[in-house]
Amino acid sequence: MNFTLKVWRQDDAKDGGHLEKYQIEDIEPTCSFLEMMDILNEQLTEQNHEPVAFDSDCREGICGMCSMVINGQPHGPNDGTTTCQLYMRHFNDGDQITIEPWRSVAFPVVRDLVVDRSAFDRITQAGGYINVHSGPKPDPNSVPIEPDIAEEALDAACCIGCGACVAACPNGAAMLYTSAKVAHLGLLPQGQPERFERVQNMVHQMEDEGFGSCRNYAECEAACPKEISIKFIGKMNRDYLRSTLLLPVDRRGRMDSQ
Amino acid sequence: MSRILSLYTSVIGKKAIVAVTGSLMVGFIFLHAWGNLKLFAADTAAGVPEIDLYAEYLRTIGEPIFPYSSILWIIRIVILVSLVLHVICVIQLAQHNRRARPVRYQHARKFGEATIPARAMLYTGFIILAFIAVHLLQFTFGVLDPSRFAQGAVYGNLYRTFQLPAFVAFYVGVMGMIAVHLYHGIWSLFQTLGSDNPDRNKGLRALAIIVSAGLFIAFSSVPVSLFAGGMSQPPSQAKNVLTSDSR
Amino acid sequence: MDLDPKIPEAPIESMWDTHKEHMRLVGPRNRPNYKVIVVGTGLAGASAASSMAAMGYQVDAFCFQDSPRRAHSIAAQGGINASKDYRNDGDSTYRLFYDTQKGGDYRSREANVWRLAQLSTDIIDQAVAQGVPFAREYGGMLANRSFGGVLVERTFYCRGETGQQLLLGACSALANQIHAGGVTLHARKELLDVVVIDDRARGIVTRDLVTGAIESHAADAVVLATGGYSNVYYLSTNAKGCNVTATWRAHKRGAGFANPCYNQIHPTCIPVAGEHQAKLTLMSESLRNDGRIWVPRKPADQRNPADIPEADRYYYLEERYPRFGNLVPRDVASRNAKEVCDEKLGVGPSGLGVYLDFRDAIQDKGKTVIGGRYENLFTMYEKITGDNPWQSPMRIFPAPHYTMGGLWVDYNLMSNLSGLFAIGEANFSDHGANRLGASSMMQCLADGYFIIPLTIGDYLSRYPYGDVDTSHPAFADAEREVKGRMDHLMSIQGSETVESLHRELGRVMWDKCGIARNADGLQEALKKIPEIRDRFWNDLRITGSGQKLNQTLEHAGRLADFLEFSELMCRDALARDESCGCHFRDEHQTEEGEALRDDDNFSHVSVWEHQGTDKEPIMHKEPLSFEALPLAQRNYKT
Repeated sequence: MNFTLKVWRQDDAKDGGHLEKYQIEDIEPTCSFLEMMDILNEQLTEQNHEPVAFDSDCREGICGMCSMVINGQPHGPNDGTTTCQLYMRHFNDGDQITIEPWRSVAFPVVRDLVVDRSAFDRITQAGGYINVHSGPKPDPNSVPIEPDIAEEALDAACCIGCGACVAACPNGAAMLYTSAKVAHLGLLPQGQPERFERVQNMVHQMEDEGFGSCRNYAECEAACPKEISIKFIGKMNRDYLRSTLLLPVDRRGRMDSQ
Repeated sequence: MSRILSLYTSVIGKKAIVAVTGSLMVGFIFLHAWGNLKLFAADTAAGVPEIDLYAEYLRTIGEPIFPYSSILWIIRIVILVSLVLHVICVIQLAQHNRRARPVRYQHARKFGEATIPARAMLYTGFIILAFIAVHLLQFTFGVLDPSRFAQGAVYGNLYRTFQLPAFVAFYVGVMGMIAVHLYHGIWSLFQTLGSDNPDRNKGLRALAIIVSAGLFIAFSSVPVSLFAGGMSQPPSQAKNVLTSDSR
Repeated sequence: MDLDPKIPEAPIESMWDTHKEHMRLVGPRNRPNYKVIVVGTGLAGASAASSMAAMGYQVDAFCFQDSPRRAHSIAAQGGINASKDYRNDGDSTYRLFYDTQKGGDYRSREANVWRLAQLSTDIIDQAVAQGVPFAREYGGMLANRSFGGVLVERTFYCRGETGQQLLLGACSALANQIHAGGVTLHARKELLDVVVIDDRARGIVTRDLVTGAIESHAADAVVLATGGYSNVYYLSTNAKGCNVTATWRAHKRGAGFANPCYNQIHPTCIPVAGEHQAKLTLMSESLRNDGRIWVPRKPADQRNPADIPEADRYYYLEERYPRFGNLVPRDVASRNAKEVCDEKLGVGPSGLGVYLDFRDAIQDKGKTVIGGRYENLFTMYEKITGDNPWQSPMRIFPAPHYTMGGLWVDYNLMSNLSGLFAIGEANFSDHGANRLGASSMMQCLADGYFIIPLTIGDYLSRYPYGDVDTSHPAFADAEREVKGRMDHLMSIQGSETVESLHRELGRVMWDKCGIARNADGLQEALKKIPEIRDRFWNDLRITGSGQKLNQTLEHAGRLADFLEFSELMCRDALARDESCGCHFRDEHQTEEGEALRDDDNFSHVSVWEHQGTDKEPIMHKEPLSFEALPLAQRNYKT
């Protein structure tokens, strides 16, 4: 199969960047999208050009590293799929394919298709955890958890942190990512003590990073390779509004571990 | 108060303000539609159109505990404040969202789930805003076309206006916009306030369709039926017992 | 080389507790003065860094990915073992110990294995407290499933993404500590050297992958949690970035490398589709419960599998192992698949594949039952290959998956280099010559949550803190070496690409040091590897610059280390003149083709000492003793 690729090239964060056109030929339909990019890079190196920088690691759809907007769709045309699980047989011979990086003020381009997603990590650091030290703990069966609750928590927890939700959202919002973490911990009994503090801290961090706001387009859900539901955004909104309007002011001094 | 303020400073809070003010306005236009339908009620014995009486009734609610027009003014102020908050929050959110993506995609976007009404919210919103201005000038202040306007003669004002096809088309068109706006808005407010979930989603979507279509039909029926003929002529201005001198 | 395993003097059942009671401690007020570097943020690294920071130590955590959560632990599917005995089937610490020791074909250190089994239950408690949503039963209790050839149900799981959930648990603890200031995270920084001063590891040299800056970091101890080296084969189930660099650099600075030839080849992976393939995908082993494995009897049979009549189908596992059939252990299944493909019976375009057929299972048990068990796996297979397993058999082939070898460590998980610790897959200690399913995550988390936070204190308490910083000349020397190496790589400007050379190395390793090895093949590999290495250093082409994000340069640095390490792997495979677990030497097999151990001569850990790149390394031996579980021939036939 032959393709015309239009790939975003950008030297570093300061460079303006532009789309560059490449022809690539004799690609096997069994080739994955990223393997096609590997072949392109081999070609570029042989021609003494710099290869296209792109993130990828596990190449089995779980690490969340790969991040390409393919013909205007994060992770390409297939539902519930990461870029690394996309195969060239899903395209037509002779197609022109445009490849761009995630676009968000909070995800600055590092180079070519590589973006800096540390904003996600900072949201998690603001509260996406249960405060426990390592060491002996009570037996987990002492707190039974309904299987439905555990499964729903897992529906949210299966987020791979790729950022496709932000890339897909016309507003560049990170609501799906943030809400998935908030809902995962907020659904479980272990997560209750910090539930409202968590949602407050994470939402504020999300805003500070410059992510947009939700307009209920549900584009995030459509792009999410793990098909995480926007119902978690609703849950997060409720927890956030509830804690802002109704809960008593927290008068505890923060007990830090150090 | 500080809690309300902290709502205003966060994007989720602002969005909630948009949802709450939006729902107040939906409530208002429900009342408005109910009032409009009085157009089709039979005239009172005195030959005064029912809708004119209704308009006067709105001013006298609560009398004598509340002074004349006070309740109407309270409603007007609440709705005006809602409208202002709704618009300001939306504009601020839109600016915030623009900043969130300084570099746009080169390739045309392909949308997966976003409906056209959802994507058009800002546009339909601004059309509605402009419409509100025209509508108030026309039927509340009567300055748009004073020759066709008489204070308090609701039926007559409507009748005279909707003999003109351009106005009919304009009003029906805008009612369509409102329906489109509400189709996304009504579902969306449940999601924003966190009371949507997959079990309810279908119901809420259906509710949004029923409400927006219902309002469209109710509102459009006024200009259309007045234009189509078959409605009775308005009473002459002299016969109107409820002109301002009656008070 | 000092290879004292420092096994505490106590009965094995109470050994760890006794050891804990006698360890030296660092007081809570003193801990913030000590700085510990943790390299790698997978299950072992994240759990270690967060646990030590929570105790009060100052921790610097490093990962080469953009976020700690990307570490390849995230891809572990099946589950994690713990001898909780929730199912009342008589499980115990001893049974888990026994299974691990037997599974490892008696080539691991008993003391470590026992401790692993003992700590397994605490891991589940810890993970649940962190909010890991393990599968639950209707009553709300934790669910278990059975796994890989053991006779009790002790595996805890979250659908097929247990590794992801456990890693997110560990990374959330890490995020907590980053927020609290106990951990400083250095993402997109890759370790390129270990700095040793006065025989103590005192820091590392890293390259900032975005700016190319070479930086030094000093500490009171260094913990390597950098995973395994399956990518020496180029094609493996590991992530593209997995590499041997950290442990190899440590080895070159004096740390002993133990059992490098022990690597596990997983039998059920999706076969290579073509020359372009960059990575292999694992399919859960559970498929073998219902699928029948076969190849056509005639070589190069091009017929559609559905058209091949029963008589022309060779169900080789069922014929050769009538008792276990398709459920033989991983190493046996892998070896047999390779053998039939060597006999040109393999299927698929490359001829490297065997059928895993569900036709009979669907007929016998019905679509609903089979769908309930494997639906998601069938979908995944179809997504990757475009073939529908409901209609035609799957094709599978073995792929390198896990490496049991690693840096030599004592009972405290410290290497022979003082202050250099290795945890998780990066060390050698617990899995012997073959790892059982659902036990890799168990080891990573036992090391990270419960062992290293204590043993590091025992080590640190013996030394004053902060007595060395990066102004020490050893750091400048190491930086200069690293810079020199990077500059050299950039300056070659030859004609061959990193990918093509890595692929070539991988093919040599797969052919000669893969599922089965023999002396001739290994000798041949030992001749070929230096040739590839020569071409690498003389004819490599990397474009771009070293001062920017340059993924080719990153890959080249990793390949440079694989090109040295692979030689050690072959040497070790050659020196271990027996078969054991995953290390199968053609010369040593029973009449039925089983691995034949030589306990008299090889009941030891082979620990290699580096002598220089072109010099032969020296092998040392740590003898293994078998007291809690006497040696026995591994037998899966009866």
